[in-house]
Amino acid sequence: MTSTPQSTGLTRSLRDDYLELTRRRRLYSGLLLVVFGIAMAAGFRVAESRNAGGFLDGLPQIGDFPATMIAEAWDKAANLPGHIVDALPALVETVNIAAVSTLLGVIVGTMLSLGATRGLAAWPRLIGVFRRSSDILRAIPEIVVALMLIFVLGAGPVPAVIAIALHTAGAMGKLFSEVNENVDLKPVEGLASVGARWGQRMWLGVFPQVAPNYFSYALLRFEINIRASAILGFVGAGGIGYELKNAMTFGQGKLDEAAAIFLVLFATIVLVDQLSSLVRNRLTHGA
Amino acid sequence: MAIAPPLQAGMLAQYSRKRLISFAIPGMILLYLTYTFFAFDVPGLAQRARLDNAAILLADTFSHKIHVTRDNRRGGIEVSIEGSRRMVFAPDQRPDWVQIDGEDALVELRAGHSVSFDGPRVTYHHPQVGPITVIVGDTITTEAPGGTLPEFVNASESRVTITTAAGRLTVTRSRTETLRYFAGWELFFFDLQSPFWGRSWTEIAGLVTTGERLDPERSNLSLMVSSIWTNGIWQHNAVVWAIGETILMAFLGTFGAALIALPLAFLAAGNFAPSRLVRFAMRRLFDFVRGVDALIFTIILSRAFGPGPMTGALAILVTDTGSFGKMFSEVLENVDDKQIEGIRSTGANSVQRYRFGVIPQVMPVLLSQVLYLFESNTRSATVIGAIVGGGIGLLLTQAIQTTSDWEKVSYYIVLIVVMVIAMDAVSGWLRRRLIKGE
Repeated sequence: MTSTPQSTGLTRSLRDDYLELTRRRRLYSGLLLVVFGIAMAAGFRVAESRNAGGFLDGLPQIGDFPATMIAEAWDKAANLPGHIVDALPALVETVNIAAVSTLLGVIVGTMLSLGATRGLAAWPRLIGVFRRSSDILRAIPEIVVALMLIFVLGAGPVPAVIAIALHTAGAMGKLFSEVNENVDLKPVEGLASVGARWGQRMWLGVFPQVAPNYFSYALLRFEINIRASAILGFVGAGGIGYELKNAMTFGQGKLDEAAAIFLVLFATIVLVDQLSSLVRNRLTHGA
Repeated sequence: MAIAPPLQAGMLAQYSRKRLISFAIPGMILLYLTYTFFAFDVPGLAQRARLDNAAILLADTFSHKIHVTRDNRRGGIEVSIEGSRRMVFAPDQRPDWVQIDGEDALVELRAGHSVSFDGPRVTYHHPQVGPITVIVGDTITTEAPGGTLPEFVNASESRVTITTAAGRLTVTRSRTETLRYFAGWELFFFDLQSPFWGRSWTEIAGLVTTGERLDPERSNLSLMVSSIWTNGIWQHNAVVWAIGETILMAFLGTFGAALIALPLAFLAAGNFAPSRLVRFAMRRLFDFVRGVDALIFTIILSRAFGPGPMTGALAILVTDTGSFGKMFSEVLENVDDKQIEGIRSTGANSVQRYRFGVIPQVMPVLLSQVLYLFESNTRSATVIGAIVGGGIGLLLTQAIQTTSDWEKVSYYIVLIVVMVIAMDAVSGWLRRRLIKGE
């Protein structure tokens, strides 16, 4: 927009202000980008210097391990179906760990979220306590709880279940309480007016409203928890991760077994991923 | 008012179906939990559980013990913290409740209990029971007043343990050891080599502000800071580095992934993709990467790059590229076309259309997703660090595997929780500032 001779002093000063503002904004975002770029570059240099192998040295070797594994699996392709069948019990255990911990986490998370929502809490004074407890549960990484419980309870699925369930409870407590904030309180008040107890108000007035959202979050969490339970298996909590670690430590000669486990794990994650996104889509967009 | 019979019947049928469902679902959940209860062998857990381990873990988190040890084969008495070779008191540093004179020693425990070492002969003085004497020879003999051993003495020919609330005495043929418990973490600030060890905080404050220089080369403040920093037991410098490495892994991984995923997401978004084939290929690529999972990437990458924080960062980067690609392309598909039309009408080329028509619309949403994942990746970086060998995750697993440094384990856990909560706060603050504007 070129200035015309008729442009008044007002528009000119408006335009100058606007251009000045844009310039300053560009300067700030430019500076932010530069700082960000430097942080990335410097951070990468530090990370590389503290790494056992350098980035450029390792880059050509990325394909080596998968290639050896695929080659070995290819040579012993006949064994593959057998290995896959062998891996199934461990896979079932991993999925069970994820399912049980999701269930338990959702139950505890529901309690936490109801206690942390204004207007729904049975003890309004304790809202802060419930919020902080779900914050802390969320902040403790699963591996911490799992490793400590492995020390006390011995290796096995139970430490993983407890560890994942605790984290899930915290995460669900937060997400569910956000859902609860948007609940229509009229049914709750209606139930209260006919003398319903707190449990009845929640069960009949709140849950029908929030159930689809809860379910969708729980499914998403189940996906995440399958991955988490595979990782925890790798540090000794049973399931497919543990089998994978064993196959990997044997290295050459057992790599076909590792390949089978990789395949099974990949297939499970993709399957659960697709199923859950299908169900969640139906929930949000209606059947 | 009567309801039309068909409607009523329909309603009743619907009710009974709902009732069935509302009982069936909890029933099925209960059934499933019962199945896993036995599949996970929870009943057998009671036998496998090591409650003594739990007790050690718990006691160690808030207390430490000082060992007075006599080597029964070679002679010589030593006082050390937690029996560690790295924490042996020099003769002039020994606490005043231990008196050592050659092969003889008197160790005062709490509540009037005490233990005296007299060469191979050890006496536990219990104020109520009286002296219990243990003599180390070819076998170990134990004598108590009245001839019967009290129930807190566990004696055999090769090992005697006396455990009371005041402390513990263990005698074997090779060594005699007395433990006394103290509250708190030992040597947290200054180790035994530090000139500040054993001084009270008021004394240290005096030294730092007005005191004579302990080391003529440098000020007391800098000596104190470096003393804490190089503490040989708690290794504060290594811990600070480890925390930094963990956050660095999360930072590089998350933002690197976002930078790579952004252009790819354009190729995967229906309204920007050059062709359906490209879009399909990109989507499957994202699905593949997300499906392979962080665990598998971590293993493959650590084979190529060796252990360390860069490997962890790359593992996060690769995994998150898949998630970001999917999330970003969904955001891009919901972009409002009117703004792009507007930019196009001014004669802008395609880069300018993206820069001024698309990026300003999607940036807040993308940024908030990136920051959310950054926070959760701090946690993932702890786990990945434990596998690739970097950051606080490595320190934590090492401390747990030695099964003796439980005070360090609790220290690391506190640090991790504080770190995650801090990152949560930072990411929340950034989200509010960058997205909702100042």
